[in-house]
Amino acid sequence: MGTQLVMYDEEYNRINAVCDRLTKDANAKVVFLVDKNGQLISASGQTQNIDTTSLASLTAGNVAAMGGLAKLIGENEFPNQIHEGARESLYMTIVGSRVVLVVIFESSTSLGLVRLRVKKASDELAKIFEALLKKTESPGGMASPFAEISDDDIDNLFSE
Amino acid sequence: MSFINYSSREINCKIVYYGPGLCGKTTNLQYIYNKTNPETKGKLISLSTETDRTLFFDFLPLSLGEIRGFKTRFHLYTVPGQVFYDASRKLILKGVDGVVFVADSQVERMEANMESYENLKTNLAEQGYDLAKVPSVVQYNKRDLPNAVAVEELRGVLNTRGVPEYQAVAPTGVGVFDTLKAVAKLVLTELKKGG
Repeated sequence: MGTQLVMYDEEYNRINAVCDRLTKDANAKVVFLVDKNGQLISASGQTQNIDTTSLASLTAGNVAAMGGLAKLIGENEFPNQIHEGARESLYMTIVGSRVVLVVIFESSTSLGLVRLRVKKASDELAKIFEALLKKTESPGGMASPFAEISDDDIDNLFSE
Repeated sequence: MSFINYSSREINCKIVYYGPGLCGKTTNLQYIYNKTNPETKGKLISLSTETDRTLFFDFLPLSLGEIRGFKTRFHLYTVPGQVFYDASRKLILKGVDGVVFVADSQVERMEANMESYENLKTNLAEQGYDLAKVPSVVQYNKRDLPNAVAVEELRGVLNTRGVPEYQAVAPTGVGVFDTLKAVAKLVLTELKKGG
């Protein structure tokens, strides 16, 4: 069933730092990090005019569909995808088989540069997620914030 | 699979609406979308064919408010109901936290309901889930139609486990929010258990 994704301050800050740096280094417009289940983890760059929640969900749908196609032809997955538009392009790479790094860049940026920087960032991110997973699975991990909620708390959400 | 972010104090859960073709899964989401405040919802995304049949999925993000300082968000998905889209359906069940099974109450759709229900069990099992353990509710939709089967009969084949069930007329909203609240509550209760 896989482990629930839990994010803590320390890793969250490190992940955001990697994404911020990648945005600059790759001369990208936006960088997103998305869980394979469609949850947005981090967004960096010019995100103001982008519906990030929809982007995360569609990214996950796309990666899932491509993964299904890969299996049909005997591949495990397609770890990298490029979608070229007239002005903007989208590069997706799977990190640590758990999350997807998405880079949106303009035609003034070269794909080679994006690939190169993404490779470096994705190695760093893979390490962070590995550490995160260990932390979540360790018995001393933080208790769920939901362990202490009462039935009333849940009912209150639906009171209006 | 829920996503808890301690840093931004958010919790995200995924709910999937499942059921046979044309049972009203997308209509449920459209009604929810039309009746919720703009500040609590995101865009409704529908990946559908030219004839408005769901091709891959519909997606609607909803904020429910805060629990103990954590923003609670639900991501609602529908699957394509048509039998031949099974490969896509499987993908959407990945990481699911709660399931709504939408049944079409019309007598001629009974077989399709049963087939879809079995398909749900099979596809969940493939992902390593057991329907009996996944928070789920059943919605008997299209109760306004003259050829609707008695609820007892539907229950006998689609809800032998006795999960919460609701009668609905999705286009007018009857039962739509009751269904959503019930499944959201079950998902949160499961999280409370540390699921």
